[in-house]
Amino acid sequence: MSSEQEGESIRCLVAKVGLDGHDRGAHVIARAFRDAGFEVIYSGLHKAPEEIVQATVQEDVDVLGISILSGAHDTLVPKIMDGLEEYGAAEDTLVLVGGVIPEEDRAELEDEGVAEIFGPGTSVEETIEFVRENAPER
Amino acid sequence: MNDEDLLEALLAGEHRALARVISKIEDRSPGYRNLVSDLYAHTGEADVVGITGSPGAGKSTLVDKLAETYRDRGETVGVIAIDPSSPFSGGAVLGDRIRMASTVGDMDVFVRSMSARGTLGGLSTATADAVKAMDAFGKDKIIIETVGAGQNEIDIVQTADTVAVLVPPGSGDEIQTLKAGILEIADVFVVNKADRPGADRTVQELREMIQLGEGAGFGGGGHHSQEVIDAHDDWDPNTDEEADAGWTTPIVETVATKADGVDDLIDAFATHREYLVDSGEHAARTRRRYAEEIRTLLREDVHALLEADLERAGGVDDLAEAVRQGETDPYSIASDLLDPLERCLEDVETDLDVDANGVTESDDR
Repeated sequence: MSSEQEGESIRCLVAKVGLDGHDRGAHVIARAFRDAGFEVIYSGLHKAPEEIVQATVQEDVDVLGISILSGAHDTLVPKIMDGLEEYGAAEDTLVLVGGVIPEEDRAELEDEGVAEIFGPGTSVEETIEFVRENAPER
Repeated sequence: MNDEDLLEALLAGEHRALARVISKIEDRSPGYRNLVSDLYAHTGEADVVGITGSPGAGKSTLVDKLAETYRDRGETVGVIAIDPSSPFSGGAVLGDRIRMASTVGDMDVFVRSMSARGTLGGLSTATADAVKAMDAFGKDKIIIETVGAGQNEIDIVQTADTVAVLVPPGSGDEIQTLKAGILEIADVFVVNKADRPGADRTVQELREMIQLGEGAGFGGGGHHSQEVIDAHDDWDPNTDEEADAGWTTPIVETVATKADGVDDLIDAFATHREYLVDSGEHAARTRRRYAEEIRTLLREDVHALLEADLERAGGVDDLAEAVRQGETDPYSIASDLLDPLERCLEDVETDLDVDANGVTESDDR
């Protein structure tokens, strides 16, 4: 093991919010992020927006990846964004959404401050590349 | 935000500032040392408890219930959960948060996950510094949770005043309890999942181990009396007549999923703390810990100096190749690199003074 491991590491929270009970994709992403050398915190299933906000603030993550398949993104994501704003964490957290998001809802999420939306079929390499390029400098 | 504002925001109780300070500590980002050294003046109030045990012993669930109980008693809680990182990618999945379900949405439970990023004791320094940050922030109780897998974890958990080791039922035959390592650091044993078959036997094995340790210095004082050991079942936290005679590691049975035994465990922590203070052991431990912190910092710094020196000498790869080809050996290289440093140190006078009042003066800050 090299002694060069210390220093900055990209920290990500992979979050499942709301009622959908499928987290296979979240697991795949968490594992891929880990193998890319990121530090990954996985929220577990069925989290409320406040819990995601709490974890994002306390863990001081660079990236918040919200995985959502239930169709409730247009209510849950804004709640999370408002919470981040409240704690002064919105500005320097890269927020990504993955899952099933209809084309017509995308603009609204982006207005809320979501940096990118990864739909079905996105390769993990693409996601990792995006994180590497866009993770906030601190 | 500059470091001064950051410190001010942390002391004012802003969660984001605490989170950011811990990140700076983890990243070893520029200026983090001054930040931490400024924290020291604001610390010393928190009770620090370490929880360790094998994977699957139920640490996170127990920590969750402890946090909940402390909150019910009106105390604020900080949790530092440590997980291993991959030696290959450096990546990590930090999964303990997932079990912190009882205190959801309560910002007064501040959970922070950390991974083993650094080497050379770096993680134990980072953990100790993160504890300082939470202490200065004003947390009443700080819990450090780590998987007990090796020496590194032992260093980390000894950042705590009181160390609880979780022993799940059926965790091996009695020879396991004789092996050196994780069990020796326990101030309190917790047999979690006490409703499972085999729990009684595990308690029995631990009790025998504690008895065996009698006179051999096991479990801290090494002057355990038979009565104390026998009495542990109805162990009364108020009888501390043994305070002078050393600490007998109590065994507390818990079922973390149902919060059974959590109050007993908290009582055991409180009794241990009382013992530490009354016996003077607290001062001794604190001193030992600071000594270790000083040594670790020095080791890190000297290591960094030497790494830089190694780079100037053309990097370690050429040297390793020279060894491979039989031209030299690692011992000769090490002394070649260190000799000039040794000569330098002989000529230098350090102006580090600790006067009679214990005030350290150094013109370095």
